[in-house]
Amino acid sequence: MTQMPGTIKAAKMTDTKISARNVQVYYGDTHAIKDVNIEIGSRAVTAFIGPSGCGKSTFLRCLNRMNDTIDICRVEGNIDLDGEDIYDSRVDPVQLRAKVGMVFQKPNPFPKSIYDNIAYGPRIHGLVRKKAELDEIVASSLQKAGLWNEVKDRLDGPGTGLSGGQQQRLCIARAIAVSPEVILMDEPCSALDPIATAKVEELIDELRENFTIVIVTHSMQQAARVSQRTAFFHMGNLVEIGDTQDIFTNPVDKRTQDYITGRFG
Amino acid sequence: MPLSLLFASCLLIAALAFLMGRGKAFKSAGGDIRKLHSLPGYYGWNSALMVLLPSMAALVIWLAVQPLVINSSVSQMISTQSVEASSLDLIMSDVRRVAEGLNKAVEAGAMTEAEVSGATAESMNVRERLGAVGVALGSDVSNETLQAAQSYRDLSATSGLLRTIAVLALALGGLVFGVVRTNKDFRARNTVERVILGLLIAAASIAILTTVGIVFSLIFNTVEFFKLYPAADFFFGLTWSPSFGGGSDLGILPLIWATLYISLIALAVSVPVGLFAAIYLSEYAAPLVRSVAKPLLEVLAGIPTIVYGLFALLTVGPLLVDIFGSNGVLHLGWMQGGTAVMTAGLVMGIMLIPFVSSLSDDIINAVPQAMRDGSLGLGATHSETVKQVILPAALPGIVGAILLAASRAIGETMIVVLGAGAAARLSMNPFDAMTTVTAKIVSQLTGDADFASPEALVAFALGMTLFVMTLGLNVIALYIVRKYREQYE
Repeated sequence: MTQMPGTIKAAKMTDTKISARNVQVYYGDTHAIKDVNIEIGSRAVTAFIGPSGCGKSTFLRCLNRMNDTIDICRVEGNIDLDGEDIYDSRVDPVQLRAKVGMVFQKPNPFPKSIYDNIAYGPRIHGLVRKKAELDEIVASSLQKAGLWNEVKDRLDGPGTGLSGGQQQRLCIARAIAVSPEVILMDEPCSALDPIATAKVEELIDELRENFTIVIVTHSMQQAARVSQRTAFFHMGNLVEIGDTQDIFTNPVDKRTQDYITGRFG
Repeated sequence: MPLSLLFASCLLIAALAFLMGRGKAFKSAGGDIRKLHSLPGYYGWNSALMVLLPSMAALVIWLAVQPLVINSSVSQMISTQSVEASSLDLIMSDVRRVAEGLNKAVEAGAMTEAEVSGATAESMNVRERLGAVGVALGSDVSNETLQAAQSYRDLSATSGLLRTIAVLALALGGLVFGVVRTNKDFRARNTVERVILGLLIAAASIAILTTVGIVFSLIFNTVEFFKLYPAADFFFGLTWSPSFGGGSDLGILPLIWATLYISLIALAVSVPVGLFAAIYLSEYAAPLVRSVAKPLLEVLAGIPTIVYGLFALLTVGPLLVDIFGSNGVLHLGWMQGGTAVMTAGLVMGIMLIPFVSSLSDDIINAVPQAMRDGSLGLGATHSETVKQVILPAALPGIVGAILLAASRAIGETMIVVLGAGAAARLSMNPFDAMTTVTAKIVSQLTGDADFASPEALVAFALGMTLFVMTLGLNVIALYIVRKYREQYE
């Protein structure tokens, strides 16, 4: 068993947003995720940490079925969002992804204007009828992402013309514009400098009031700074999950301790 | 010494130099390769190049200069009266022909060397004697020509001997120089690599210089044409009816019109089909399908255009007549014969499909996966992603591909010759036979026309116009493609 009794502590969880039971992921013959059970709390930041190749990004991509786009990838087990199985055949992954947005490792703005980048999601989902409504969504999304003051005068400029940190916040704003319930972030700061990283982390902290956030990170300091709960993955197993403070000060599993003290990874 | 033997002996000396250079390098290092500056092979190559470069350069220059020098010295022997009666070029070609004939006669044993050098027009009927060894002359040989030919022969023989001596001397000198210079500290690798670099530069310049040469030959002949025919009539004339008796109308507009009309139809066929094929192959096709379909599609690009022309002539043309002709299925009577703008345009479109699809496929594949992930991650469907993110991102590149296809359509000849007919006319009906700029270039130059007449020279003006058009399209296409490339760096 990968999960020892007692590792799931009575965390300060309001209510469960996502719950995964016995999740297995295979890439062809490789067993990438082994029997993962996890509960992700609503309106909180959950961080996934672990050494490279431990499966944390793979597991994250299961949560909005992005792994469906990879031919050789196979997912087993149950993942429930608000009590409904997202791998049920009646669920359209396209609708699911509107509810569970994603921000990627490298900023990937579309080669369109800043305005069109934000408006992309609302347009394809038909969320607005009038231009004024769209303007409103664009403005509020940019405000929530803390980018409004920097770009309000150049909304027609290309999204690719922004700096790396601005691009990443643009991608976050783009995800927010669809009003998802969950935002998945796959190492959102790994391509950014420390100042841009600090801004994004600040943003994540603000976003948790309205969104459930799951973030994969390589930086343990980052996990400690932004998350309320932390899960440690190792070799495809979920080793330990608990309140961030407990994980970093008082880990139960030896592997967790070795990792956070820098003995491997 | 004949040229081939001279060349072979230079190669032999070079091989010798290679062995000697390498051997000497070994010896100077006392058999220890680590003491050498370069690998032993480089010393060998260095010596071999020292032999080949100067001797081959001398040979090439000699071959280029020798005829010029001999010609000018022999042509002084021709009196001004005969030049006025005929032209110097014609007399000199007679002289060369007689000289060659004499050579042949000596080789065949029909004449002795003494007979040849002592011959005069009075003492020998040169025309008859040369006719006996298979060299036919157009007229009797005058004494003047015969003497010029004799001197031509002598000069050629002397020059050939001098050439052999000079080239062999340079080769041997190179051998000595190269081998003497070789010792363990000599930087042979740097020298050899510099020579190779020079070789690469020379290869690159040949391509560029050839282009420049082509352009200049076009320009000179075009200028020549406009001296004979007014430019305004050429560019704005509405009729094209060359008659080799003179007094022809050489207006380019009907040809340009047909060229653009056919290209337009070709693009209307190839752009949608090629683009959709590219989208299917790059976005939707399973890897297995793609690995089979893409090479198959590219096979189309390897078919010679003359085969497409046959396809147009034998299959597509009659098929269209069956549909749009007066006895056709639709009883429209739009089409008189199998050759028409539509026939050529359709077939050319088929020819361009792999061109458009292959280029577009590469461009669509170059759109980063991050774009697709970003769009899918927002809940867009695959087709929304293709329409709204991938195609806009790839658009500049696709436009570039289309422009390249257009410049190929404009320059296409064989399909037009066989599929579109030969009559130049200005008509809106796509089922009429028309003819294009390229097809007319062929027909103006393949007849037995006088090369100084406007009817023949017009081909160069047409070619120049075409060249400027396609060059313009290519420049625009390359500019767009390059601008696109900068976007993701």
